[in-house]
Amino acid sequence: MIEPFIHLTAIAAPFPEGQIDTDVIFPARFLLLLEKRGLGRHLFHERRAKGGFVLDTPPWDGARILVTGPDFGTGSSREQAVWALADFGIRCVIGTSFGEIFHANCFRSCVLPIVLPPDAHARVMAAAEARQQITVDLPEQRIVLVDGEIGFHIEAHRKRSLLEGLDEVGAILRDDAADIAAFEAAQRAARPWLYLTAQQIAHFDDIKEGSE
Amino acid sequence: MTDLLPPARTLFDKIWDAHVVKTYADGTDLLYIDRHLVQEVSSPQAFAGMAAAGRALHRPDAHIAVADHAVPTKDRHVTLREGLAAAQVARLRENTAIHAIPYIPMNDRRHGIVHVIGPELGFTLPGCTLVCGDSHTSTHGAFGALAFGIGASECECVFSTQVLRQKRQRNMRVTVTGALPDGVSVKDIILSLIARIGVGGGIGFAIEYAGPAIRALSMEARMTLCNMTIEAGARVGLIAPDATTLDWVRGRPLSPLPGDEPAALRDWALLHSDPGAVFDREVEIDAATLAPHVSWGTTPEESLPVTGRVPDPAQVDDPARQARMRRSLDYMGLAPGTPLEEIAIDRVFIGSCTNGRLEDLRRAATILRGRHVANGVSAMAVPGSAQVRIAAEAEGLDRIFTDAGFEWRDAGCSMCVGMNDDRLSEGERCASTSNRNFEGRQGIGGRTHLMSPEMAAAAAIAGRLCDVRGLQ
Ligand code: SF4
Repeated sequence: MIEPFIHLTAIAAPFPEGQIDTDVIFPARFLLLLEKRGLGRHLFHERRAKGGFVLDTPPWDGARILVTGPDFGTGSSREQAVWALADFGIRCVIGTSFGEIFHANCFRSCVLPIVLPPDAHARVMAAAEARQQITVDLPEQRIVLVDGEIGFHIEAHRKRSLLEGLDEVGAILRDDAADIAAFEAAQRAARPWLYLTAQQIAHFDDIKEGSE
Repeated sequence: MTDLLPPARTLFDKIWDAHVVKTYADGTDLLYIDRHLVQEVSSPQAFAGMAAAGRALHRPDAHIAVADHAVPTKDRHVTLREGLAAAQVARLRENTAIHAIPYIPMNDRRHGIVHVIGPELGFTLPGCTLVCGDSHTSTHGAFGALAFGIGASECECVFSTQVLRQKRQRNMRVTVTGALPDGVSVKDIILSLIARIGVGGGIGFAIEYAGPAIRALSMEARMTLCNMTIEAGARVGLIAPDATTLDWVRGRPLSPLPGDEPAALRDWALLHSDPGAVFDREVEIDAATLAPHVSWGTTPEESLPVTGRVPDPAQVDDPARQARMRRSLDYMGLAPGTPLEEIAIDRVFIGSCTNGRLEDLRRAATILRGRHVANGVSAMAVPGSAQVRIAAEAEGLDRIFTDAGFEWRDAGCSMCVGMNDDRLSEGERCASTSNRNFEGRQGIGGRTHLMSPEMAAAAAIAGRLCDVRGLQ
């Protein structure tokens, strides 16, 4: 299961380029792999193939935090981008803005995405470039730098799920099943066309099993 | 007294409100998901997660599955026998068989790119919530649906629960006035919008497109617009349904049955933003002022009218922006100041869920009729679905393409994404009707210029980026 996120003290790798999309983070051709594990070896594949990439440069090859430029993780919804970061050992990404689906995907692998205003972000970037250790303290919602602290915002349920390594699907099935059933009964009565009938599904009956 | 009036709501808020199962203390909502399109790339890990947790599928009738990204677009029976792509497609077939989810095989007349076949089947309906493990799910918002792309873990959540815990987006409205000039298309509306607000400009927003120029658009054009909304950072793009929408939806295999239709039509008539509804951000575009656009860099925001020149980073003050531009120019192999129309191309790709529909092929064919692809240019047309291919062939479009020197392929994502057999080689430059010009998107080291189908057809003929208005 997911390893909870509480405190993290580590070197942070500076990667200030803007608009790094998920095709750069995890190139499309590796999407053919069927597993979640082991994807770290394809993280930033093309960038790393050129040599000298920050995550291959000591001491940042041991980084567990990535300090990104604006609009990091825009583009494709591929969760492989987060799986690859997590597999590589990155547990926290700190930027000024993230692609929305990437941001949501991060929590599913207990990777903490932190959005900071530009001035605070610049201080973290400077600490990363100076190879300083950074502490991310989730319970207190603060980043501890050598020269001070920076607070950050996180939604309450996201925080809880990171701290406890919560299984959201399990929680919904446990706590919300009755609400879902009630919603479905009411919607089925009010908007029956949103529920396909056997007659409609029979539209696909002529598809032969095993054909391709 | 005013607080007795029902509050004016946006279209987005109306659909959202109608799908809230419950609201949590932190303000997030448990949102009911009516429909889920399943494809081969984002589903294997979701099915595996469900199996590992020993959980059942919540509602088999809410999903339809198809393989589109990994499939070859020619010689399918020979080329998809083995290897990673074959394994991925086979896995989808097995998983859907286990869970009794309708699966549309590659050789079927209903096969195609998820975002093309959803609307074709009538699976995509006004007022529904629709998700897919694919960012271009925003396409379906063209029907006045609340549609958005999700990650694989969220797919697993939908399989097991039919709900997602979500934070509501804020509302943005893009109002488009004026009439599109000849040679200018909806692709130019969206490329100019992205150039203006940036690839992060829509993050956190649902974008509603409104105004007379939007009302005048066909369903195909509306889908192109909503499709590329994700390139502006917004997960959701949508358009209020009208007569154009209803004409499309009526009589599709999965559209409301005759007995339900009157109630559905009454329900859909309410799907519009109320007068006085407040948008957190408003943007206005005058379509009449637009020129055909092409992208020059490696994000869709790096787009300009084709009459322009490759921009010069030295003329930009912001150092970060300057560095970004230099990186793009370096990757694209372009020198500042070069007229865009002097950029020679090697390949042309007409297709994808952005511009692989019948109207797109017709618009390209209008330019190609009686002309031929330039020497040294390799061009292909890939219909977005089997239905599109069949309809295009019925009106002879395939002949126009092949006579002009294009390859005519079977449906699939094809060269939109470098994960099947159709890819650019290192350094090859392509005029493409797809949606992403990211580094490596169409193949390692490939260079993509985004544009409309008619502009891609013009580029094919000229052998370089070319203003289609000179060819009409
Ligand atoms: S055509 Fe391109 S953008 Fe559309 S679903 Fe396929 S890969 Fe994604």
